[in-house]
Amino acid sequence: MSAAVPILEVQDLHVSYGAIKALRGVSLKVYEGEIVSVIGANGAGKSTMMQAIMAQVPRESGQIYLEGKELASKSYQVVTQGISLTPEGRRVFAPLSVYDNLMMGAFPRKDRHKIEEDLTWVFSLFPRLEERREQYAGTLSGGEQQMLAIARSLMSRPRVLLLDEPSLGLAPIIIKDIFRELKRINSEGVTILLVEQNARQALMLSHRGYVLQTGNLILEGRSEELLANPEVEEAYLGTGKTTGTVKK
Amino acid sequence: MSGYTEGIIILLCINAIAAMGVSVLTGFTGIFSLGHAGYMAVGAYTTAILTVEYGVHYIPAILLGGAMAMVIAYVIGVPTLKLMGDYYAIASIGLGEAIRLILENWQSVTRGARGYPGIEGYTTLYVSLAFFAVMAFGMFNLINSRFGRAFKACRDDYIAASLLGFNTARYRILSLVISAFYCGVAGALLGGFLSFIQPIMFDMIKSTELTSVVVFGGLGSMSGTLLGASIITLVTELFRPISQYRMLIYGAILVLIMVIRPEGIMGQYELGPRLFRRLKDKFSFRNRDNSEGRSS
Repeated sequence: MSAAVPILEVQDLHVSYGAIKALRGVSLKVYEGEIVSVIGANGAGKSTMMQAIMAQVPRESGQIYLEGKELASKSYQVVTQGISLTPEGRRVFAPLSVYDNLMMGAFPRKDRHKIEEDLTWVFSLFPRLEERREQYAGTLSGGEQQMLAIARSLMSRPRVLLLDEPSLGLAPIIIKDIFRELKRINSEGVTILLVEQNARQALMLSHRGYVLQTGNLILEGRSEELLANPEVEEAYLGTGKTTGTVKK
Repeated sequence: MSGYTEGIIILLCINAIAAMGVSVLTGFTGIFSLGHAGYMAVGAYTTAILTVEYGVHYIPAILLGGAMAMVIAYVIGVPTLKLMGDYYAIASIGLGEAIRLILENWQSVTRGARGYPGIEGYTTLYVSLAFFAVMAFGMFNLINSRFGRAFKACRDDYIAASLLGFNTARYRILSLVISAFYCGVAGALLGGFLSFIQPIMFDMIKSTELTSVVVFGGLGSMSGTLLGASIITLVTELFRPISQYRMLIYGAILVLIMVIRPEGIMGQYELGPRLFRRLKDKFSFRNRDNSEGRSS
């Protein structure tokens, strides 16, 4: 798990929206083969961090490296360098079929002859998508759309897959399905950086975790440690009995 | 064939070429423009000046007219296409009008508002049909190619497209430049058909007409665009005897379409086997058309 050079490294990243500081010096490392989760409350800056990596929002300062090399400053270049983001809220192309959506994901690739192979691969991960190959993406259920969004990201053959809230708005049983597939995707060689509000699910899946709070990473550690950490439990996991209420 | 019928067919070809140009930008890339008559004007004037003043043969002159429209579109597009949605539409009104005003006031080159007479009547039936055939062939190939897919991705979800590795800014410009070429050529053919052009022919009303033809036919359907262009051209001609009521009928048709079929005649479908299959499904199972919107 510990190669010398991290596959993705964020150094002292600052991002602002006008006068509002969204990220105040975030640094994190992801090593090849890992699943790393970043948990945090609403507005902590999780999505902003992902968007900054993908060059969707401008960085104020800080560096991002892919295997020690500076990451490009345009989204389409980041994708060809080997990073792909499954955005929050899925953003599938509703009027296109499942197959066409997947082909959209394969668009920037140069190795056209290998696309068929990867199509088989994502269909083996998500057999539901193969059943619905010709169906319009807009008519899929929320869970299927999330699967499609992940599969579409995989079609660019990323080395690092970024996931922004893959559990958003889904039933617990579907979340379980999706997280199981994420584990499988990871075991087949894709490094995963996951951002989640659903902290318990995320930490149970990942090897390591970071806790993001109002633009700062306040904690990091192995996922088991974070799950056992009383502060994390208090703030993000709940005890199961008193969810949503303040403990006396 | 009488000269009148010939004239209508030529006009059909010209309008169809211009409409295809607007369609690739508005219907397929999702960029609304209300200034495309400006690119027609650029094509028309460039070709007129080249043939009249410099004696250039009309075929290279028409192509150069289209090319000039492309160049202008590129120069204008690089700074303005950063605007999204309605903001670009508003900017495009200004751009179209600016082109017209420059033509009106640049007396030494364009002969100003009185118009540019004495253009050789090079737009014969065969020339216009040939241009239409070649350009329609090119357009249908374009929208079914990699580029067509990229345009549609930019239209349907700009952010998702950029996250999937589409160079969205480049495809938006490309779409604008191609659409300007089509409009430029259409303008050049119009000049050769009428033998006389005037800046006022390319005003905002003409621009709006181009965009409404595309909306009428169906945003995102090239065959719909051709159908829309034909219907609008024919209706305009059919009611020429009662010309004072023409705009009334034209407006009524547009309102009717908006009420009955807001997605345009063809919606996003092309005339072809796929549409036929869908229609069959629709009527045999009485399925509801649920191709739009996201369910969750």
